[in-house]
Amino acid sequence: MKDLALLEDNAPKPGLWTQIAHPGLFLGWSRHLIVPLAVITAALAAWGLYLSFWGSPPDYQMGDTVRIMYVHVPAAWLSQFCYAVMFASAIGTLVWRHPMADVSQKAAAPLGAAFTLLALFTGSLWGRPTWGTFWEWDGRMTSTLVLLFIYLGIIALWRAFDDQLKAARFVSVVTLVGAINIPVIKFSVDWWQTLHQPASVIRLDGPTIAPEILIPLLVMTAAFSMLFLTLHLVRMRTEVIKRRIRSLELAAARAAAGGAL
Amino acid sequence: MIELGQHWVFIDAAYAGCFVLVAVLIFWVAADAYRARARVKALEAARERQRAARD
Repeated sequence: MKDLALLEDNAPKPGLWTQIAHPGLFLGWSRHLIVPLAVITAALAAWGLYLSFWGSPPDYQMGDTVRIMYVHVPAAWLSQFCYAVMFASAIGTLVWRHPMADVSQKAAAPLGAAFTLLALFTGSLWGRPTWGTFWEWDGRMTSTLVLLFIYLGIIALWRAFDDQLKAARFVSVVTLVGAINIPVIKFSVDWWQTLHQPASVIRLDGPTIAPEILIPLLVMTAAFSMLFLTLHLVRMRTEVIKRRIRSLELAAARAAAGGAL
Repeated sequence: MIELGQHWVFIDAAYAGCFVLVAVLIFWVAADAYRARARVKALEAARERQRAARD
């Protein structure tokens, strides 16, 4: 017993890559991150909401409807960031066959769909008082709607396969092809006539928004981003556990079949 | 609460919709995680019982 303990002490510690790649080790270290991430998310959301309603002035043109921007822009940012996460994970699946890459892909898809739906919903509510219409078939709105359909298609594909490893390779190819829509969303305001304004935060010459409005926007964006990280981590853990359930169920079915013979 | 002007309906609807969707998302993710943990626990306990019975 003492020898075994000594052996364990002298065993090489798993490297960072192994800790990320190994599902069992991932479940171990990720468990400690969820509560701190949730607390940071809640604190940022509370601060962001305070700034959105009490800590920022109305816009000189849009008036108080500018406050819709504090939920619309973070949702729109995450609708694209989720896809970027799926894109990177798809490369991880196809190139490196990373065991956690397809888990990350599958975990991100419903979150991306939810944030895209939220971006479309808040955008249409902002559009009605600002532009006089809930919907316009312009480049950005149409490409964002296409993004929602891509997310829904990817979710359907995951559900269509029993073998999740086979599904991962197929979904990865679809994800890489669908990524062409992301630059279309980003640059649609420059390429075509649109009701949307051009980029006003991420610009080479710096943001063109007043700091009183920019700060609540950045805080809410941070809150939404932390929410995504928290939910993504929980969903990844759940997906690893579901795969463990599947292998345990298969083993139980095999044992039952063996006993019956 | 601040005065939201003539467009308060749109502002309130945007935040209410956001709150509902985020709440549903959090609930769904948490419930799914809870169900999976309970299921794996039950399966592992059953496997341990089978092993003990075999030995």
